[in-house]
Amino acid sequence: MDLPERVHVRTTINGQAQEFLVPPYMSLLDTIREIAGLTGTKEGCLDGNCGACTVDIDGRIVDSCLVLGAEVDGQSITTVEGLATKDGLHPLQQAFLEEAALQCGICTPGFLVASKGLLDNEPNPTEGRIRHWLAGNLCRCTGYDKIVRAVQKVAASS
Amino acid sequence: MVQTFDPKSDYKVVGTRPIRHDGLDKVTGRAIYGGDVKLPGLIWAEVLRSPHAHARIKSIDTSEAEKAPGVFAVATNADFPEPRSGEIDTGEDVVNFERDTKNILAKDKVLYKGHAVAAVAAIDRNTALEATKLIKVEYEPLPPVRNVDEAMADNATILLEDLVGDHLGEDVPHTNIARQFRHEFGDLDRGFAEADLVIEKTFTLQMVHQGYIEPHNATAIWDESGHVTAWSSTQGMFAVRDQTAGMLRIPESQVTVHPVEIGGGFGGKTKVYLAPVAAILSKKSNGRPVKMIMDRNAVFEASGPAPGGKIIVKMGVTNDGKITACASDLMYEAGAFPGSAVGAGAICIYGCYNIPNSRIDGFDIVVNKPKSAAYRAPGSPQAAFAIEQVVDEICDQKGWDKIQFRLDNASQEGTRRGDGVMFGKIGLIETLEATRDSDHWKSPLEPSTNGKLRGRGIASGYWMNGGNKSTVDLMLQDDGTVVMNEGSADIGGTRASIAMQAAEVLGLPAEDVHPFIPSTDSIGFTATTGGSRTTYATGYAAWEAANKLIAEMSNRAAVLWGIDASGVEFDAGKFSSSADPELSISFKDLAARIGDTGGPLSSTASVNLAAAGAGYAVNICDLEIDPETGKTDVIRYTAVQDVGKAVHPSYVEGQIQGGAAQGLGWALNEEYFISDDGSMANHTFLDYRMPTSLDLPMIECILVEVANPLHPFGVRGVGEVPLAPPLPAAANAVKDAIGKRMLDLPIKPGRILEALAE
Ligand code: FES
Ligand code: FES
Repeated sequence: MDLPERVHVRTTINGQAQEFLVPPYMSLLDTIREIAGLTGTKEGCLDGNCGACTVDIDGRIVDSCLVLGAEVDGQSITTVEGLATKDGLHPLQQAFLEEAALQCGICTPGFLVASKGLLDNEPNPTEGRIRHWLAGNLCRCTGYDKIVRAVQKVAASS
Repeated sequence: MVQTFDPKSDYKVVGTRPIRHDGLDKVTGRAIYGGDVKLPGLIWAEVLRSPHAHARIKSIDTSEAEKAPGVFAVATNADFPEPRSGEIDTGEDVVNFERDTKNILAKDKVLYKGHAVAAVAAIDRNTALEATKLIKVEYEPLPPVRNVDEAMADNATILLEDLVGDHLGEDVPHTNIARQFRHEFGDLDRGFAEADLVIEKTFTLQMVHQGYIEPHNATAIWDESGHVTAWSSTQGMFAVRDQTAGMLRIPESQVTVHPVEIGGGFGGKTKVYLAPVAAILSKKSNGRPVKMIMDRNAVFEASGPAPGGKIIVKMGVTNDGKITACASDLMYEAGAFPGSAVGAGAICIYGCYNIPNSRIDGFDIVVNKPKSAAYRAPGSPQAAFAIEQVVDEICDQKGWDKIQFRLDNASQEGTRRGDGVMFGKIGLIETLEATRDSDHWKSPLEPSTNGKLRGRGIASGYWMNGGNKSTVDLMLQDDGTVVMNEGSADIGGTRASIAMQAAEVLGLPAEDVHPFIPSTDSIGFTATTGGSRTTYATGYAAWEAANKLIAEMSNRAAVLWGIDASGVEFDAGKFSSSADPELSISFKDLAARIGDTGGPLSSTASVNLAAAGAGYAVNICDLEIDPETGKTDVIRYTAVQDVGKAVHPSYVEGQIQGGAAQGLGWALNEEYFISDDGSMANHTFLDYRMPTSLDLPMIECILVEVANPLHPFGVRGVGEVPLAPPLPAAANAVKDAIGKRMLDLPIKPGRILEALAE
């Protein structure tokens, strides 16, 4: 069988420079999961309606299933695996644990990345603002109550 | 014999809120879910699905797909061995392998749009998907049966030609009604004659989906020795084992299922759709591991939603507020094959009321929609939607207090349930009283200032909860911690709630019991996480295993001290001699001496609990409606529930809040919108609109603890009953807001505008 055409991509994922050959049709989600091997970013719908695949591209919150791997050449990506540092968990990760803001946990990587995107720019959002910002991320387990509280807790302590 | 307890209410670990053991992996992206499984030589499979809701399959030609570059194998229903026919008890579930194999790969007929017809394994996912398009299927389209009315019509198109219906014990061929059953007590005619007011209403409901965010997935290897190894997102790894073995007709010992994290289930991940197909494709690909992930359209169109249907409730009451009689007909859509939740719906419909004269008729009806599956308190939310609105209507017409009426007619210990079972110790009255005393109920609804219409609704709900089989193994470590193996899938914190019960007995902090869920070959049989059974039954096994471990450790302390084991006591983390106060050793110190007192220690306990303690919930819903657009916003919500004993209150609240959110979605928005051709028109999350964070307020929870005497800590299952009251609570609030009773779900803006225009 002929090898399909590949696109050469240089990018930074969680601070590490990376280089890939990706099929032109491959989503960024699959590129991250299957080529970079980072499976923390989840697949929920593949059509931009659940937010499980949320990543940060150069400070923008994006559904990675709606972006092609080939499009991120020269850009910098942060996934859930990039939130904790060698000094420990990101305050949002800690707050999600303490506030029981996850049940099954499949939506959690997306919510963490999206929440970080909010707090990086707006350290003190109102409850309404948090709910509005996170409306692109579906959670079917929690009813959002404890997720919103976890984000509020981090906002209050910043 | 059923053992009973007189649980205390104060504990050291039970009732606290430690960080869950599996939390770190889940906030760092390290946790391995089914979709994350990677194996050497892994290939992918995709499924070709029916474009028709109902059609005869005239031929399937897979030859082009088989020849396509990168393709390893193609599977159709013909690859299954001849299935065992009839209903088979796997010890887990009663299953019909003939129908189940036809459901996961169609034979002769497709019965719903999205019905799987063939599967292709290829070098990667995209190649597999492209190759499915090379399969040629010739269909003869048939008229679709889209709802229970069409299914029950005299000249109805018949879905399953070989189905013989059981109609009140009579065999009936050529029917779409797979079963009609009846529960009847007292004298219904006399009961209605005694009533001063009789209200009868007919309700219609649409299918809804559990909406778990993680799609179904499975990875399987069928190796040269004949052994199948599978990884799958499931609520029950033993169910995957038994159903895969059953469909492939190999012994259960030839199937090993490895647990993976599960991204939500709510009942929908009790069914097996992919693992047997992946196994067949693996065998045809020389034992390569084959991975499958359903796309979201397929999850909607071809997994197991909750039944829609029609419910008629007729209730009679006297002028002094007593129910005299109630008659109900529950017509539930089973989907393409028999087996809806109508049996459970019938058990639940009168769960909150003491009704002297009653009848319930249940109908299990096949229609051209996906085969329904469990969804949180399966059958009960639909039943609650109907009966709780009839109760509300009676109170409205009579001007009665809605909590007092429920208290005056409440089920309690000794009340007969609608199907004849007598209630044990239940907490409905305490739950109603806590609702009456809540800040929410005591704060009158403020009139709106923005022209919107406000209303408040209240409703109750019931779920019987489950017991069943569970196994827990404990292994004492030299450092004084304990490893705990258990067989229950952890959907939302049960590793923690089970480990905490062991820790309570062992006198350890929760963090010192390390929970693991090993494969089906490494732990005793444990039934599926469902029926709100896990914290109750697997927790019970943990309690028993921990007591055994303490007994063994007491023996070792006796060896150490040269005394009789009967003289060793254990309290507050210390073993001591009852005769000699000088002889005392901590749990940790004794653990360090286990090696020289006889070798490593472990304990195991298996339970099979016939009964569970029932769950009750009462919800209050305040909402406001925009009369211009018909849009409804919930502005305050309180859920009150008897939880027996909350082992980890945060996760109990989480269950309640999640149930309320799902219930409000079901009430106000969610439905399978079925087109004329029988297909689901809204099979994406964009069009099947589940509540987002923006659609909901905080959900206030009030945990009532009426200890369950069947459990050492008084635990009751908590996960399912939260979904029963929200549908009617929202409907009753809409009635309060607009003065019109909404009998059809969902109560969407268009329906509200129509009601306002009347
Ligand atoms: S997988 Fe990308 S939004 Fe759902
Ligand atoms: S925790 Fe399960 S979907 Fe959010």
